[in-house]
Amino acid sequence: MSSGTFLLDGKTVSFRPGESILDAARKNATDIPTLCFLRGTTPTGACRICLVEVKGMRTLSAACSTPVSPGMEVLTDTPRVHAARKLNVELLLSSGRHDCLLCESSGNCKLQELAYRYQIDGSLFKKPDQFYPTEDANPLIVRDYSRCILCGRCVQACNELVVNRAISHGYRGAKSKIVTGGDAPYHQSECVFCGQCVEVCPTGALTEKKAKGTARAWETKKIRTTCPYCGVGCQMWLHVKDDRIVKVTAAEGAAPNRGRLCVKGRFGYDFIYSEERLKTPMIRENGQLREASWDEALDLVAAKLKETIERHGPDAIAGVSSARSINEDSYQMQKLFRSVIGTNNIDHCART
Amino acid sequence: MILVIGSNMTEAHPVAASFVKQAVLRGAQLYVVDPRRTALADMATLHIPIRVGSDVAFLNGLMHVLISENLYDREYVESRCTGFEKLKAKVQEYPPERASEICGISADMIRDVARRLASVKPGMLAYTLGITEHICGVSNVLSCANLQMLLGNVGFECGGVNPLRGQNNVQGACDMGALPNVFPGYQRVDNADARTKFEKAWGVKKLPDKPGLMIPQMIEGLTNGTVKLFYIFGENLANTEPDIRHVEHCLESAEFVVCHDIFQTETTRFAHVIFPAAAWSENDGTFTSSERRISRVRTASLPPGEAKPNWWIFKEIAKRMGHEWSAKSAREIWDNEISQLAPSMAGVKYARLRGDGLQWPAPNEEHPGTATLHRDRFTSGLGALTPVDWIPPAEVPDEDYPLVLSTGRRLYHYHTRTQTGRSAGLNDLLGEETADISPSDAKALSIGHGEMIGVKSRRGQVFVKANITDRIPQGVVWMAFHFREACANWLTNPAFDPITLTAEYKACAVRIEKVGEKTDQRI
Repeated sequence: MSSGTFLLDGKTVSFRPGESILDAARKNATDIPTLCFLRGTTPTGACRICLVEVKGMRTLSAACSTPVSPGMEVLTDTPRVHAARKLNVELLLSSGRHDCLLCESSGNCKLQELAYRYQIDGSLFKKPDQFYPTEDANPLIVRDYSRCILCGRCVQACNELVVNRAISHGYRGAKSKIVTGGDAPYHQSECVFCGQCVEVCPTGALTEKKAKGTARAWETKKIRTTCPYCGVGCQMWLHVKDDRIVKVTAAEGAAPNRGRLCVKGRFGYDFIYSEERLKTPMIRENGQLREASWDEALDLVAAKLKETIERHGPDAIAGVSSARSINEDSYQMQKLFRSVIGTNNIDHCART
Repeated sequence: MILVIGSNMTEAHPVAASFVKQAVLRGAQLYVVDPRRTALADMATLHIPIRVGSDVAFLNGLMHVLISENLYDREYVESRCTGFEKLKAKVQEYPPERASEICGISADMIRDVARRLASVKPGMLAYTLGITEHICGVSNVLSCANLQMLLGNVGFECGGVNPLRGQNNVQGACDMGALPNVFPGYQRVDNADARTKFEKAWGVKKLPDKPGLMIPQMIEGLTNGTVKLFYIFGENLANTEPDIRHVEHCLESAEFVVCHDIFQTETTRFAHVIFPAAAWSENDGTFTSSERRISRVRTASLPPGEAKPNWWIFKEIAKRMGHEWSAKSAREIWDNEISQLAPSMAGVKYARLRGDGLQWPAPNEEHPGTATLHRDRFTSGLGALTPVDWIPPAEVPDEDYPLVLSTGRRLYHYHTRTQTGRSAGLNDLLGEETADISPSDAKALSIGHGEMIGVKSRRGQVFVKANITDRIPQGVVWMAFHFREACANWLTNPAFDPITLTAEYKACAVRIEKVGEKTDQRI
């Protein structure tokens, strides 16, 4: 397919070969709502929210999965388009128990946004009265099937982004369900709890157990930071309410992790609030540690350093810095050792 | 094409692994060299299960084929490298048949892999501690570099030799000069000009000119009296160093031990003073990743009680020893000192670290940072091909200790669990250590899955559940160091690479026993 131009809502715009209607439209500041679309994965066209009119086509087309062709005439903002989108949102709302009052994802839900946009409440169709039971036997992730709209974003993320290949679409028709191998609960499956499925879930079907009931989406502020675990340096958002991290999500599109996190990065944050944190300086006296003031502890260490230098020389002192802590801490420690104590006996665990 | 050697990426660097797996889905070839059939090996074009500690022999065998079959990148080697003739002479001693005897991979497969590696460009090599944690760690790294240079793969995006750093800021701690031989920015302490520069910047008369001690020498120094005062910042040496009993004996021998930490650890048991430190999200500062990317760390909440940032603690000690340091924040430390003193980071300022940070070298404030090193020419001029010989691990199996213990990390925990052990849920996903053994070794000793066994080395013994898995080759026991009771470091061998003093965590000799009357219960 060659690149060229096409008509987008009556305007002639250019496109790249293979580009979808959605991408070309977004490049031209034309809004097309999406739900199942997940950047970086193969579009599935599952949710039918991104429908647009294409001249000459009998039915509406999904903008995410339809490539542009030269001269194509696309309409994104017609009564027919909006009626179809509205009906699809209505059907999705009717498919489950979308009671936003109690839902953990309220304020962070694409379905809720679309319902508000189209001013609908899901009462047009009869709701099913039975759902697969909620699964929360594992320690980290709650799977509430009554809120699952089967958009498949979790499946795309698991299989195409993090490539853990733990979940897929299972069963058929009204019995459809997102399943692990053998439909086992997460903790008895191939799942490695990276939580990418939770991150991309557009409703409250997949939520974080630890975050449950701690904060509404609009109550938190987001602070960008870097993961404290391995050396990949993943960029993340800390969701903070009242000076407390309630949840961690990946910084979408950011280098180097491009919206992914692993189990440690996503769920390993609450050691910060452990009751076992050290809260005061401690000094050993007669074999026992006791609490001390900063002045007392700092004075003691400075005196011991001076005494050791006087008695044995600066090279009788050795220090190990921390590869977990910030650069500025390591800089200060080596500066203390070199310029104040007078030794190069400073190292850290890079070699071990 | 991606060659992964000595790296269990899906567990130790899961997000990096996701990009490798994605590349495979999009058609990239993946070659995984590892004694264990790791999760990444499941997706590989070929899994090459070399014997523990045979890396140099395998890599020399590959290079023998590349040279003898004229598959190497002659133009690249001639124009950008030096030392080819010496390398050629050395690898000629490793025909595939000889390499095969050492590494356990058939000569045909060695030839096949070499031909495949030469067939695609560029190819990336990624390694982790499976390469470095051997007494021949330096030789292993040099071999990886030799291979990539012969293939003409260094200096390109999606090429190169890529060590995956194990910790969030191990790159940064090196960059900052928390090493005994260099100031920040890798300026050598035995260089008089560098010392003059830092003496002026720090307002001191004379900086020490002799490189200092490395960690293993410091620990030994505690028992031979050369080190009296040991200052340990955020490290749990009593669990992380090989041969715990010996390390604890050394720590006990110290006259005075100072610790900074966020928790009491096995190591703070030896402290005379403990300073309570601010943790990760209580700091403003920077981390530097494996790819030299300097990224911001930001404060979400204040430290508990009276805990303080580490940089402040060091500053207060300096003050009490007659040195007033002016920087009042991490930002001032970086902008006014680090970036002024380290030429490769001169262009890195906090104001530029919004968003995705910067990869050094960034020598001036207009510089966009450097994603790929050695483009067009090697940083040092010509790429040095360096011949190396294979040597066996310091301790190899014998009649008394017939198995090889190799160690590493598991997905759900990080190091000694000071952090992950206190994060809800992670202990539920992995609550105890296991000794991973092969079905054939289990059968030989009538050991059942989940049965408690004793694992014993010349240093110590642990009791641990057997995890029987066909991911482990016959003759190997695999364990991690996350849990104190069954920590692999009760067993590991304090034998070190002579240059880096990196310990051989990846290989020592052990035996396993059913727990019964015969078992020696002493630990």
